[in-house]
Amino acid sequence: MRAFLPDYAIQAPGTLDEALRMLAAEPGAWTPIAGGTDLMVLFNAGRLPGRRLLDLSRIYELRGIEDDPSRLSLGSLITYTELLEQRAVHQFFPNLVKSARATGALAIQNRGTLGGNIVNASPAADTPPSLLAYGAEVQLVSARGSRWVAYDAFHQGYKKMDLAPDELVARIRLPKPQGLGFHFYRKVGTRQAQAISKVCLAAYARIQDRVVTELRVGLGSVAPVPLRARRAEAAVVGRALDALPIEEARRAVLEDISPIDDIRASAHYRQVVTGNVLAQMLKELGAARTA
Amino acid sequence: MPETITLTLQVNGARRTVDTHPMARLLDVLRDGLRLTGTKEGCGEGECGACSVLLNGRVVNSCLVPALQAQDGVVVTVEGLAEGEALSPIQDAFLVHNAAQCGFCTPGMLIAADDLLRRCPNPDKEQVQAGLAGNLCRCTGYSKIVDAVRSVARQGEVR
Amino acid sequence: MEVHVIGASTIRKEGRGKVMGSAAYADDVDLPGCLLGMTVRSRCARGVLKGITFLEGVPWDEITVVTAADIPGKNFVAGHVDDQPFLVPVGGAIAHAEQPVLLLAHADRAVAEKARRLVRLDVEELPPLLDIEEALACVRVIHGERNVLKEIRIAKGDPEPVFAAAAHVVEGVYRTGAQEQLYLEPNVMIGTVEHGPAGLEVTVSGSLQCPYYVHDAMKQLFGIPGERVRVVALEMGGAFGGKEDYPSVIAGHAALLALKSGRPVKIAYDREEDMAATTKRHPSRTRIRSAFDAQGRLLALDIDFALDGGAFTTLSPVVLSRGALHAAGVYRCPDVRILARAVATNTPPCGAFRGFGAPQSLFAIERHMDVCARRMGMDPVELRRLNVLRQGDTMATGQVMREDPGLEGLMDRAMAAIDYRALQKAYAVRNAWDDPVKRGVGLSVFMHGCGFTGSGEATMASVAGVEGRPDGTVAVLAASTEMGQGKNTVFCQIVAETLGLPVDMVDMAEVDTKYVPNSGPTVASRSTMVVGRILEDAARGLRLALVQGGFLAEPYDPEAFREAMRAAHLKLGSLKTYGQYRANPGFAWDDKTYRGDAYPNFSWACYAAAVAVDLVTFEVKVEDFATVQEVGRVVNPTLAAGQIQGGVAQGIGWGLWEEVTFREGRMANNQLTNYIIPTAADLPHIRVEFLEGGSPFGPGGAKGIGELPMDGPAPALLNALRDALGDLRLDEVPMTPERILNRLEEARHA
Repeated sequence: MRAFLPDYAIQAPGTLDEALRMLAAEPGAWTPIAGGTDLMVLFNAGRLPGRRLLDLSRIYELRGIEDDPSRLSLGSLITYTELLEQRAVHQFFPNLVKSARATGALAIQNRGTLGGNIVNASPAADTPPSLLAYGAEVQLVSARGSRWVAYDAFHQGYKKMDLAPDELVARIRLPKPQGLGFHFYRKVGTRQAQAISKVCLAAYARIQDRVVTELRVGLGSVAPVPLRARRAEAAVVGRALDALPIEEARRAVLEDISPIDDIRASAHYRQVVTGNVLAQMLKELGAARTA
Repeated sequence: MPETITLTLQVNGARRTVDTHPMARLLDVLRDGLRLTGTKEGCGEGECGACSVLLNGRVVNSCLVPALQAQDGVVVTVEGLAEGEALSPIQDAFLVHNAAQCGFCTPGMLIAADDLLRRCPNPDKEQVQAGLAGNLCRCTGYSKIVDAVRSVARQGEVR
Repeated sequence: MEVHVIGASTIRKEGRGKVMGSAAYADDVDLPGCLLGMTVRSRCARGVLKGITFLEGVPWDEITVVTAADIPGKNFVAGHVDDQPFLVPVGGAIAHAEQPVLLLAHADRAVAEKARRLVRLDVEELPPLLDIEEALACVRVIHGERNVLKEIRIAKGDPEPVFAAAAHVVEGVYRTGAQEQLYLEPNVMIGTVEHGPAGLEVTVSGSLQCPYYVHDAMKQLFGIPGERVRVVALEMGGAFGGKEDYPSVIAGHAALLALKSGRPVKIAYDREEDMAATTKRHPSRTRIRSAFDAQGRLLALDIDFALDGGAFTTLSPVVLSRGALHAAGVYRCPDVRILARAVATNTPPCGAFRGFGAPQSLFAIERHMDVCARRMGMDPVELRRLNVLRQGDTMATGQVMREDPGLEGLMDRAMAAIDYRALQKAYAVRNAWDDPVKRGVGLSVFMHGCGFTGSGEATMASVAGVEGRPDGTVAVLAASTEMGQGKNTVFCQIVAETLGLPVDMVDMAEVDTKYVPNSGPTVASRSTMVVGRILEDAARGLRLALVQGGFLAEPYDPEAFREAMRAAHLKLGSLKTYGQYRANPGFAWDDKTYRGDAYPNFSWACYAAAVAVDLVTFEVKVEDFATVQEVGRVVNPTLAAGQIQGGVAQGIGWGLWEEVTFREGRMANNQLTNYIIPTAADLPHIRVEFLEGGSPFGPGGAKGIGELPMDGPAPALLNALRDALGDLRLDEVPMTPERILNRLEEARHA
């Protein structure tokens, strides 16, 4: 353990009000911590820059699930394991189930939180592509009030977010897909568990009369942020299932992404595999049962 | 803010208190504070699972848990699996099947295997893999560990 | 009474403590008053150390600081060549980026860690030499005249004229990367130094494979005789060769800090430091030129084998030797030339890792045989059948196969175990379908020489013993260490079998150089075969002593034996008998010419792999893996199977995923997140079958087993990938998804 303990402090407010007051009093001074599955890794390595930690784990307002007919709203402290225990998640958001199962391994799933996965802002995180595919919105709260932002506008650059220093992510809201839908999730890591993704793609499509009327594709590990493949989506929306422009979409997605060479994979590998996984998704979409 | 807190835990069924820095890792609280050295540190990055313990009924990597977050928690470590000198079924199966070679991953692996069998008394192949995938072992190639888990699952089936 | 202990799956002797969590590994030992040591490293691949500066921020007066100037004896780690310093002195050369320069200790690890970050090294940097090709081309010279740490030549006949006349000549170049041992327990060492009546007394204990290597290192470092050095091997969390030579460095560091501070000092590496600084498997490059006649009979081999040894000599000469001796594989070949070189580079020294050079050269020859078969339009299995060694054949060194190795039988069993021909047929059909997943099956046939190479055992002249204790139990006295392989149990079984006792009457004495003789290092698949036989002799000696002393009458039962030991103790005080290595009659080896019997015997195997490659992601899944091996008598089937399965898992990791990424001579992926070893979800259940042959040299006919399973997986997997994907340049491990993509694109453009 390389951290110098006396350099660090942690406090655990019992209510949201108290937490928000603390953040408002010294904006930027605090690093919120929930499951600790990312921050504690940095801490162990002696590389955690934030020295004052604000433990959110006791704040009940950040927990709880609201399940109404049109949408599911999840408290940001929900863990991957808790997500997997929700019937509505399995029923409406199968990609989120796969994302949660693909994150780390069990001990990480038991501690890591959905809100943490969002604000840690790793481009390689496993749930953001699914959240993008489902058109999620996030609620940000501060002593100044609360606001909802579309998740696909939340990440603004590498580790840059539409999140003020006094704000916390409180809830994540997902509209329940209506009608005939198609869900696809694939994470490409080097091994089957405990992997950091090299490419991750989640997609949700709505189908009417054998035509794709709506498509959202979320991508991870291929840009500084998790992002929508808007050009690829545009190439597909409005097309019939039996005439999906797979090669056109494959070309388009290369315009959407900007992968880099890093220790886990080359940019070239990421480009080729993103195209391949997208093509695989579209093949499955083309073969989707619509009756 | 005080430099240390008094941490109260229920560990392996007994109430324990220990004075610690609130950012100390649960792993260090157990190993150094309570001298429960069965729990191992293999990486300090939440990858290897050697530090696995049950915290409030769930498997966690104790190297990633700050002490403050464990306050009033219920902890089970490898030392809590046996009843005195009597090994638990999974410990016995590890012994008989040679699932422990160097033994360093074993405490965490046992915690994960025990948790798996409690959640899922007769796991299929995928469930066994998902249940153990957070615990790296370099000696066994996992084959004998899977054998041990399966043998306990089968015993459960008969019962 | 007839007791059969050998061949039984006796439960692991130290297993109970391991499953209870009570086994005490080095970092579990409570040491009141102990300081925690830290290492400041060079951080520059090549240069000259000009000075050291201590920045403010910690109470330096509370911190013990050790530099090269504090070393009482010789500043070189004892080894084949004294070229590796314990600490770089000011004014000295820096030869790699993880070289220890300065040591720090404090009671609070966090303070010591903070202090480590406040040491600035003033270094004049020089351009480094970073890989095999650069070293061989002498782009820069950093060692001797040609960057060569060791060169070995093996010659049998003269291949050159054969190539000119052969029906087929096939050439290939094969590469393997560095591999991290990744024992789960990082290195830990504890040092204490006392001022005794005769001078300094040094004790070190910790996680180490070879107590007497550390013993030698302490003698030299402190300039003291052996009786004032004590080395204790504690419970060890895996090693695989990774704790063969580097523990001497850490032990020296801990003891130097202990000398300076007057307190016990523990140095516990964390994972990042352990991965970055300690030894790896040697990267390799092998060129093979082979000649065949029109029927596919192997006529000549010309092999150029090169290893990257890193910055210092360490174990490279012997790793190179084993690699060279396995380079021609299991094939009969009349004319062979092998040139083997270990070169120096400015990277941390490579060292021992299960297989010790053999996996590298066997990967090359076993992949090459598949390439040759395809090139000649033959089935790779049939090409092997035609050429494998049989009784009476000679190997490259002239060693005669006194017995038939039974290689065709091993191939038959491995192919049956995986259903090779049926898979091949089914895959040929399915791979033509419009499915991105392609499947293939492949095999490898190989051997592993048991024990030290050539005259190594005779030079080592190992000693081991047994002690009859007053309580009627027997203790095994050997410096061989338990690292999970099962030595404790197997040694006890061998002694129990020899004495006709139940195995619970025998246990291991603590591995402490003060009490146990030098049975040699715990390496080279030698413990069961070599030390086991010495123990057999020692146990026979104990039995004879009891009988001849009139304490015991044969036949006897365990209770009579117990009584005899009690009685003998009352009369004699202590009851210890020893055995020493005996050379195998009729075996001869010449170190100068590399001719003769390289090993007393070999273990033999055939491994078969079935793989699936997803052409969407280029990921490989190992769907089935079958191993069949002949390792002589199997002392403990369950433990032996565990050794095979674990070795195969490491071999699969090396073949497909495990890549050490160096940047400017430093490991850049020194975290478990980025260095990818297999999880439980990545491996099939590994099939293990033993064909028990005999061996006149091991206890009860046992041979070596530990390293064998590392040799076969990588070539079997890549041969299976070739079967799945067609003609690709599958010439390198790890064959990662990125490399598969690269090779597919290369084939498409060709």
